[in-house]
Amino acid sequence: MTVNTAPTVSAARPRQAVAPKRRKGKSAYPYWFYLPAAVVYTALFLIPTFASFFFSFTRWTLTDFTFIGLDNFVQFFQEPALLKGLTNTFIYGAVTSVLKVVLGMLLAVLLTSQIIARGYLRSVIFFPVLLSSIGVGIVFTILMDPSKGMINKALEVIGIEGPAWLVDPAWALVSVALVDVWKGVGLATVIYIAGIVSIPAEYFEAAKMDGASSFKSFFNITLPLARPATATVIILSLIGGLRSFDLIWAMTKGGPGFTSDVIASVIFKQYQAGFYGLSTAGNVVLFLIVTAIILPLSMFLNRKEVEQ
Amino acid sequence: MTTALKRYGLGALAIAVTIVVFIIPLAFMALTAVKDRREAAKLDFSWPTTFNFLENFQDVLSARKFMLVTAFINSTILTVVSVTILVVLAAMVAWILQRRRSRWNGVANFLILSGLIIPPAVVPTIWVLQSMGLFKTLPGLILIEVAFGLSFCVMLFRAFIASIPKELDEAAVIDGCGPVRLFFRVIFPLLRSVIITVIVVQSVHIFNDFQNPLYFLPGDANATVQLTLFNFQSQFTTSYNLLFMNILLITIPPFIMYLFFNRQIVAGMTAGAVKG
Repeated sequence: MTVNTAPTVSAARPRQAVAPKRRKGKSAYPYWFYLPAAVVYTALFLIPTFASFFFSFTRWTLTDFTFIGLDNFVQFFQEPALLKGLTNTFIYGAVTSVLKVVLGMLLAVLLTSQIIARGYLRSVIFFPVLLSSIGVGIVFTILMDPSKGMINKALEVIGIEGPAWLVDPAWALVSVALVDVWKGVGLATVIYIAGIVSIPAEYFEAAKMDGASSFKSFFNITLPLARPATATVIILSLIGGLRSFDLIWAMTKGGPGFTSDVIASVIFKQYQAGFYGLSTAGNVVLFLIVTAIILPLSMFLNRKEVEQ
Repeated sequence: MTTALKRYGLGALAIAVTIVVFIIPLAFMALTAVKDRREAAKLDFSWPTTFNFLENFQDVLSARKFMLVTAFINSTILTVVSVTILVVLAAMVAWILQRRRSRWNGVANFLILSGLIIPPAVVPTIWVLQSMGLFKTLPGLILIEVAFGLSFCVMLFRAFIASIPKELDEAAVIDGCGPVRLFFRVIFPLLRSVIITVIVVQSVHIFNDFQNPLYFLPGDANATVQLTLFNFQSQFTTSYNLLFMNILLITIPPFIMYLFFNRQIVAGMTAGAVKG
């Protein structure tokens, strides 16, 4: 949830004029301050990450392994259940990020304009971000019940026959993605609000003076100048969406059948079934997908920003 | 005229939509939690005829040998200890990283970025934990949360430390302050506002964490609150009131955090949106 993106990391900071004076071995900034963090990080993050590349080529029981080459990966791309998880991961990531970008932007524009009850609206939209995914998942599983659920009952009142949501294979994944958006749109909104508020008000005044409609100033001022916010929202929601597990596990467990499985839930299922090598191969696939999408994308989004 | 229409009309529309989309599901949860079992089973949005708050509360707590109580204790320990460790370790790293320019900076930056992007490899992590004898133990899970949270915290700290003048360090050094004292007595207290942000954001995150306890701390005796909820889901299919009471109870800590630290939470989560 709370990961952040390249912009801050690379943000230019005033460069220190001189390096600290080096009296041999007596710097005021000793390297051993890195040590405790480095030990934990290496042992529990770096080593497992490197080990995953090795063990993904094996049949593995935690105590013992046999090298089986690319078999795990072949299985991953051949077995329909696993392949479905792969395509679903892309769909889920795309649907959630697009909706969060669009809705977050619209809500932020609305909440930075002169309307009443902005404080209330902002709080209520943001609050679900802090709720537990499992709790939200369970509540919405019940609300989305095809016959007894409140959502379909409400739709019935206005004369629409609602879909079977989580029980319908065609709808299950989308339903979970919609709940994800419900829970996460508040974060996108506050990020956009921060971005829009930082745009100098003179630009809008000047545009208004020149007779630009609010529509025009949105597309020509707000949208381009809120680009860092857009980059953050896209990257955050993609990182979250591609590895998403909690909500899917709470709502459908990948079902019906395996129609709403994503890679993260496949990894868990294979782990439970004792196929540790295959599960680890899933991890490697997820790693490759996430880096292959996030790295070029963040480079692209940041490059554009520099050109302005 | 049109501005007034926009101000009130759009506002009223937005309020109506948020009530339907956000308030009703939350109210549904709260109302179902205080209904009796038969009424809750109807799953409709109605005012409860009888309020069974205390009864349901007691039933949820005592279910499965007070598992929820154990879980609350576990989650509290997990959250408090791992956030404390995170704050100290991340601040130490961020301070050196920001102050001392060296060839290690590139490596460190790369590792921080990796930590933000790369999904942790599950089974190999279990393998490492097992070889250290920490698998299925609370200390093991605490270290996991620390390892996975470091990148984000270092980033927040570093951006803040950049705004502390370096002259302060130099003055302290001239007065004969060693690095440890310099850091814990001079720098650390100055980080107060960013520390609060880190504490609030990370504790909500770790308290709500489901995936890591599921993998690294299985077993009823060690359950954290998110896991109890998941375990109760199958057990309580006939008593939705208790299930929802459980959800309500675990929603309260983040809610309290939000009431008091609204500003810090938003600041921590939107860091990076605006380019400085």
